[in-house]
Amino acid sequence: MDIDALLPQFAAQLFELFAALALAPLLTGWVNQWRARLQGRTPPPLLLPYHTLMKLFGKEPLLAHNASSLFRVAPYLIFSCMALAAAIVPTLSSELLFAPAADAIALVGLFALARVFIALAGMDIGTAFGSLGARREMLIGFLAEPALLMVFFTASVISGSTSLATIVDTLAHREFHIYPSLAFAGVAFTMVSIAENGRVPVDNPATHLELTMIHEAMILEYSGRHLALIEWAASLKLFAYSCLGIALFFPFGIAQTLGPGALAIAVALMVGKLALGGFLLALIETLSAKMRVFRTPEFLGSAFLLAVLAVLVHLLLEGSR
Amino acid sequence: MSPLTLILTCLAGWLAVGLAGVFFARRFFFVARILFPAGAALAIGVAAAALASIFSDPETAILPLGLPGLPFHLRLDALSAYFLCLLGAVAAGVSIYAAGYLRRREGSATPGQQCLLYHLFLASMCVVLLADDAYVFMVAWESMALSSYFLVTSDHRIAEIRRAGYLYLIVAHIGAIGILLSFGAMSGGEADGYTFAAMRTHELGGWLQSAAFLLALAGFGAKAGLLPLHVWLPEAHPAAPSPVSALMSAVMLKTAIYGLLRVAFDLLPEQQWWWGALLLGLGLATAVFGVVFSTVQSDMKRLLAYSSIENVGLIFAGVGLSLVFAANAMPLLGALALTAALYHCVNHAFFKSLLFLTTGSVLHATGQRNLGRLGGLIHPMPWVAWLALVGVIASAGLPPLNGFVSEWLLLQSFLFTPQLPHGYLNMLLPVAAGAVALIAALAGFAMVKFFGVVFLGQPREEALAQAHDAGTLERIGLVWLAAGCLALGVLPNFVIATLDPVTQLLVGSGFANSAGKGNWLLLAPISEERASYNALIFLGGIVACTGAVFVAVRSLFHGRLRRVDTWDCGHPVAGGRTQDTAEGFGQPIRQVFAPFFRITREHPSPFDREPHYRIVVEDPLWHLLYLPLARLVEFGTRLVGLLQRGRIAIYLMFSFVTLLALLMFTTR
Repeated sequence: MDIDALLPQFAAQLFELFAALALAPLLTGWVNQWRARLQGRTPPPLLLPYHTLMKLFGKEPLLAHNASSLFRVAPYLIFSCMALAAAIVPTLSSELLFAPAADAIALVGLFALARVFIALAGMDIGTAFGSLGARREMLIGFLAEPALLMVFFTASVISGSTSLATIVDTLAHREFHIYPSLAFAGVAFTMVSIAENGRVPVDNPATHLELTMIHEAMILEYSGRHLALIEWAASLKLFAYSCLGIALFFPFGIAQTLGPGALAIAVALMVGKLALGGFLLALIETLSAKMRVFRTPEFLGSAFLLAVLAVLVHLLLEGSR
Repeated sequence: MSPLTLILTCLAGWLAVGLAGVFFARRFFFVARILFPAGAALAIGVAAAALASIFSDPETAILPLGLPGLPFHLRLDALSAYFLCLLGAVAAGVSIYAAGYLRRREGSATPGQQCLLYHLFLASMCVVLLADDAYVFMVAWESMALSSYFLVTSDHRIAEIRRAGYLYLIVAHIGAIGILLSFGAMSGGEADGYTFAAMRTHELGGWLQSAAFLLALAGFGAKAGLLPLHVWLPEAHPAAPSPVSALMSAVMLKTAIYGLLRVAFDLLPEQQWWWGALLLGLGLATAVFGVVFSTVQSDMKRLLAYSSIENVGLIFAGVGLSLVFAANAMPLLGALALTAALYHCVNHAFFKSLLFLTTGSVLHATGQRNLGRLGGLIHPMPWVAWLALVGVIASAGLPPLNGFVSEWLLLQSFLFTPQLPHGYLNMLLPVAAGAVALIAALAGFAMVKFFGVVFLGQPREEALAQAHDAGTLERIGLVWLAAGCLALGVLPNFVIATLDPVTQLLVGSGFANSAGKGNWLLLAPISEERASYNALIFLGGIVACTGAVFVAVRSLFHGRLRRVDTWDCGHPVAGGRTQDTAEGFGQPIRQVFAPFFRITREHPSPFDREPHYRIVVEDPLWHLLYLPLARLVEFGTRLVGLLQRGRIAIYLMFSFVTLLALLMFTTR
């Protein structure tokens, strides 16, 4: 490896990381705005999430007397996991420095690491809500993780690789014929992303109703900068999942070479696709009603089955291509 | 000195240490603080010698022990060396820990007796790995079973522990019968057919070969905890003292894996693909079963024991996949799957012994094994808690620790299955990959439950606040094992390079040369375009990112903090009773996987003054398989018992009738 080749990759990696950090709250604000609009409420300002983050960072965190050091470390760790996840996903370019270090399975592992830490942090104070949220989060986690892996397996059986960069390159450059397996995988992926990001119908990010909350129950004890980091991490997770969906199913326009022109096109296309994706997410959330917690196994079980079906459909129908 | 001689010297050293423990049984300090660390030093010797020999040619020795005319054949090849290395490295940590863990009066066995049995156990496991004939193998196998039986029942005044030990002994012997019969089938009926060298050359017929494999599978499966012979494992592991549980789970189960690998790949000349498919199916079923049960346990050591069943199942699945590839003449992919399985062996050995040892410290500090009476131990026991967290992350299969690497390799090898020539098999295998993903995710659930309920939250009992942290020797042992988890996680290519001779030996191919291609940090089996993972960059990324965020937040904003009471949502409830219990945390699993369990609930009546709610979750196999079997045996023995009348006249009549019958038979 020579340094000249590494430098632009490094620059692209940093650019992508900071783009994700900067844009993630915007996506959350955009989804919240559309949700309000579709539900007939006055939309909050688009930049409200930034304002909230700044406010929270400035505040003094209140920490329970029996909070351990794990409780204080967890927000930083969760934030950096999500930032790395957003950096691994080939959002703008597939020529990334970090690409060989982590493939699709490692990405799932990174999400799981963050989930384990947020669940442990939820259990740390020892309140009823914290452990309730932790157990529900782990329930959704163990159902969603296999489904997500099967979606990646579909993509990697098609492209012969689990490296995200190679998957995106293959899928972006294929001759145009429709893969039925990818359609199945796409539906499964959408269901998994809804569950993983705590969206209606699985969880509701806007509620503190004890019967239904999952994510909010775990982070009830957090305040100040810790809460800011966790909120930002949640935005980053939504951003990373949206970018993953785009990279797997609508990869057209992701830069394969590192030039300013290609990157500019990639950024423009990406913003457009994300805006559309955010609108669709708000639409799904508006059109569906929140499920009982014990309906989620059925919801995610069908996502898993669809993803398995996707692999089988590929092996049965598309294997010879 | 050759590696084999060095290992045998260490073995003799272990026996000497054990005997010294009996002779100086009254000097507690000498036994615990001198003899056990000496045993640990010998273990490091074994590991070093084995590591040195892994790249060299096999070495054999004939010891003039045993019966006249039946000497012990020993052989040290790459497979033995790898497992010996695992044994030595783990045993070193466990022995150091045990040096600090032993108490003057605990249980019914004295420290001296424990010292003898412990080192005998280590030595016999070593001989199992070195054996090159069926005779010495069985002798060592049985002494391993017996010494571990006595270690399990070292607290034999408790009826529950006696029962657990008895169950263990029965299953161990059923397994031993299977292994013995398998060796018998492979010996080909020749006089010196009992040596492994002779077995390798025998041409067995198709069915005899499969019979030998199935018998070996049953025998070694019983020791490893393969479904449905797993029942002893969740009983025996919690009953044993924690260092023994650690050794049994980390090393003894691996000797069973070793035995199966030896028989299936080395002693039997031709592999059938359906052996692999059978192993794969059984392994995955075992793993799903084990992990689902581990999530609903309320005893911390039982939880870990079920998790061991899960990990053994994953290892068997990897071995099975490797057999399928090897039987279809795809040695490179066979090597990949086998590497995943063998890598998982050493990973499981490290993280599970670490976790079992932390439960030992918790047990000594609190006297509790029940998760419902623990909680909040991260405050009084920070060392144990943070080291347990390392084990928990490794065991949950999360990057960047070691559990993730082997699961990653296993998933990678599943992704190659579409290349197999079997139409139906290669369609089933992606589903199997989904099962592996489910198992990994459920393992995360079980581990969050274990760590969260034991170490986090508020203490569920008043006395827990007085718990003390582990002592220095215990800490050294724990740190050794935790460092192993980290090293195995971030430097996978070194492990894979050591595994290369093993896979060369078993499936005739290794992929260490293709892995990484000169970049010694990058794990890339087959090719870099195909898949790659760089654990060190991964770890560095997380650490650097966390540090950068910490510094940025502190410098851009502030580091102030205020300690307040927990926010109680307006319902002031004191104490830790409102948190989830272990049963509560496992409730989603009981609901989702209800058909797996046999659940009995006792509901209180509305007029009960002291209402109790009880739920018992049992293994359905007990009622479907074991209890009917036990009743059948009981029925048979009662029939035999009809003969037993207790009057001498009747016994004399039996002898007389027998004599008459024999006379008629011979004079006819």
